[in-house]
Amino acid sequence: MRPLSAPATSRRLLSGWGLTNPTTADTREYPSADSAAIASAVAEAGERGALARGLGRSYGDAAQNGGGLVVRVTGADDAVEITPDGVVTVSAGTSLDDLLRIVVPRGWFVPVTPGTRFVTVGGAVACDIHGKNHHLEGSFGSHVVALTLLLASGEVVTVSPAERPELFWATIGGMGLTGIVLEASFRLLPIATSRMSVDTGRLPDLDALMAEMSEGDDRFRYSVAWIDLVAKGRHLGRSVLTRGDHAALDQLAPADSSSPLEYGPRQLVSVPPVVPPMGVLNHATITAFNEFWYRKAPQRRVGEIQGIAQFFHPLDFVGSWNRLYGTQGMVQYQFVVPLGEEQALRTVVERLSSSGAASFLAVLKRFGESNDAPLGFPRAGWTLALDLPGGSRGLGDLLHGLDRVVLDAGGRHYLAKDAHTTPDAVRRGYPRLDEWRQVRDSVDPTGRWQSDLSRRLGLTTVSA
Amino acid sequence: MQNALGEPQTILLLGGTSDIGVAIVRRLLSPTTRTVVLACRDTARGDAVAAGLRHDSLTVEVVAFDGADAASHSAVVEGVAARHGDIDLVVVAFAVLGDGAVTSRDPVAAFELLQVNVSGTVSATIAAANRLRAQGHGSIVLLSSVAGERVRAANPVYGGSKAGVDGFAQGLGDGLAADGVHLMVVRPGFVHSAMTAGLEPAPFATTPEHVAECVARGLRGRRRMVWAPGVLRGVFMVLRHLPGAVWRRLPLG
Repeated sequence: MRPLSAPATSRRLLSGWGLTNPTTADTREYPSADSAAIASAVAEAGERGALARGLGRSYGDAAQNGGGLVVRVTGADDAVEITPDGVVTVSAGTSLDDLLRIVVPRGWFVPVTPGTRFVTVGGAVACDIHGKNHHLEGSFGSHVVALTLLLASGEVVTVSPAERPELFWATIGGMGLTGIVLEASFRLLPIATSRMSVDTGRLPDLDALMAEMSEGDDRFRYSVAWIDLVAKGRHLGRSVLTRGDHAALDQLAPADSSSPLEYGPRQLVSVPPVVPPMGVLNHATITAFNEFWYRKAPQRRVGEIQGIAQFFHPLDFVGSWNRLYGTQGMVQYQFVVPLGEEQALRTVVERLSSSGAASFLAVLKRFGESNDAPLGFPRAGWTLALDLPGGSRGLGDLLHGLDRVVLDAGGRHYLAKDAHTTPDAVRRGYPRLDEWRQVRDSVDPTGRWQSDLSRRLGLTTVSA
Repeated sequence: MQNALGEPQTILLLGGTSDIGVAIVRRLLSPTTRTVVLACRDTARGDAVAAGLRHDSLTVEVVAFDGADAASHSAVVEGVAARHGDIDLVVVAFAVLGDGAVTSRDPVAAFELLQVNVSGTVSATIAAANRLRAQGHGSIVLLSSVAGERVRAANPVYGGSKAGVDGFAQGLGDGLAADGVHLMVVRPGFVHSAMTAGLEPAPFATTPEHVAECVARGLRGRRRMVWAPGVLRGVFMVLRHLPGAVWRRLPLG
C-alpha cells in the first residue's frame, strides 16, 4: 500500500478496452479520501488538463487524456455499510466486482450492472451505465441518491436530485467532464438468493425477436438478446433471447438452499499477451463461433437456475479477452434508435451482415424511458451493441455509413463505447448538448477537465 | 484527436505542394477529417492545391513555410495547433532533388540542398515531434527515398541527404514510441511527379497515389519504415550487399 502523501506518478500509454488509439499521460493514483492531494494535483495540471480513470473498460478514448494528467481514485478499505432501506455509500474507485462480493452474501444486488463486473462506481456514474433491466428500472444514474464531487476549483460538493440538480444530472453520463466523483450513494436491490431464474429461447430472425421482446419483456426484470450478425437472408438477425429475474428461495434446488446467498465468481482462464498479430478472431472463426453459439442454445427452456456471474458477466470468466483481437484491437459500436424506427435497425443489421465484417458479441436490447441526464445515452427504443476487429477492411466506410442511418432515424451513439464518430454525430444525437455544456462550463470555466474523447468529439466548448 | 480507425482529424503537410504529400493527404481524408494545413514556400501554388481539396466540412489553410529557416519551424507547428487543436498527422515532404551533376561539383549548391533536405527536415521533424510529444499522441510521416539506401554516384548529395535523414529518423523514432508518437519513414523508389518530370524512369517506378496507399497501410500497422512499391524492400536487400565492383557497373544512371 502506498502512503497517502506519496502517490505513484508516471507517464504511461493508456487506451480503452478495445486496445486502440493509445495516448500517453501522467498517471497518478490517490485514495478517494485524500481529496486535498487530488485537488492539488489537478490544480497543477497544465494546459492538457486532468481526468479521472477507473478500470479502463470504456472501449474507446473516454478514459484517457493525451499529454495531460489522469487520476486513478482507488477504493477505500473501510467496511461497507448498508442502510435498512438498501442505500450504500462507497468510494467511487470501488469496483462492482468488489461491491458484489460484499453485498450479495448480505442479500443485496447492484441496481444496474453492465456485462462486466470490472467497472468502478465512478465509471458507472460517468457513463450512466445500463444493463439488462433498463426497460423497467432505467440506468445507473436513476438509482443514485447523492454524489460527492471534486470541482475544478478544488471545492468538494455534494450533489443530488435535490441539491444542485443540474450539476447532479450533468455528472450522470457526463464522461468525467464535470469533476471527479469521490463518493457515491445509491440504492441496492434486495435479493433472496444469489441465483437467477432464466428463460432462454431461440428466435429465427430479427422481426420475430423484436416482436417477442416488445410483447414479453415487461414480464421479466432482465432481458437481452444475443444476435448472430453474420447470418444472412431469411436467417438475418437470428438470435438467442435470455430473460430472467433473481431466483426466489423456493426455486433453488435443495442442495443450494442451505447457502442461498453464496457468491464467489472466479476467472476460469486468461488470454496471454502473446496472441498472433492478426488475432484469432476473423471472419471464418467468428462465423463458426456464431453457428455453434446459436445451435447450442435451447430452442426453449424455462426457469433454469444460473449463477449471477453466468447470467450477467459471462465474459468475465475469460481474463483479458480483448487480447483475442490481436494488435489491431477491437472497435465497439453501440447506438440506440427510438421506438418506431425498427426499419433503421433492420438496415443496420442488413449492412453489417453483408459487409463481411464479423461480430461475435452482438446484443440487442429494448430500452425503457430515459432519466434526466442531458448527456445520458439510453432512451426508449432499440439498442444494438457489437464488436468489430479493428483491422477489418473498409471499417471506416461501414461505420460512417451506419452513423448516417442511426442519426437520420433520430438515434445516437454511446460515448462510453465510441472510438470513431464525429462531433456532428454528438450534436445531432444529443439535443441537450448545449444545456449540458452550460452547466459544465459554469463549474469548469477554464476547461480543466479534458479527455481524448472530449477533444475528438468537441464535447466541451472551453479548453485551457 | 484521431479515432480508433486511424482517421486523422487534423493533418499538417510540410511541403504543401509536394505531389506525394498531397496524394497522402487525399488518401487519408475521411468524414472525420476537419482540417488540413498546407505549409509551403509558394503560397500561391498552395492556394491552388487547397482549392482542390477544400469542401463544406473540411477547412484547408495555407501557411508560409521555409524548409531552410529552422528558426521558424516551431512557430509554424505551434501556430497550427493553437488555431486548430491537436495535430494528428504531420507529413514532412519538402525535400528537393537537385541536379546530381551540379550538386556533386558545386560546393554551395550542395550545401544549400543539404540545408533543406537534412538540416531543415531534421529541424521541422523535431518541431513536430515536440508538439506531438506534448499531446501524448500523433504520427509523423517522413518522406525519404531508396536513394538513401545505397548512395549512387549519379546524385550523391541527394542520396546522402536521404541517408542522413533516415539515420536521424531511426533514432528519434525509437525514443518517440514511449511518448505515444509514431514516426514512420517512407522510402519510395522512382515516383512519376513534378519533381521527376523529364527524367528517365527507373525500374519499379510508381505513382504518388501508390505511395499514399503504402503510407496508409503503414500507418494502420504502425510500421516504422515503408517501401513504395513494397517489392523494393527485397530489391534493395540484394543491392545493398552487392560487391562494390558490381554495384559501380550497374546502369543506375
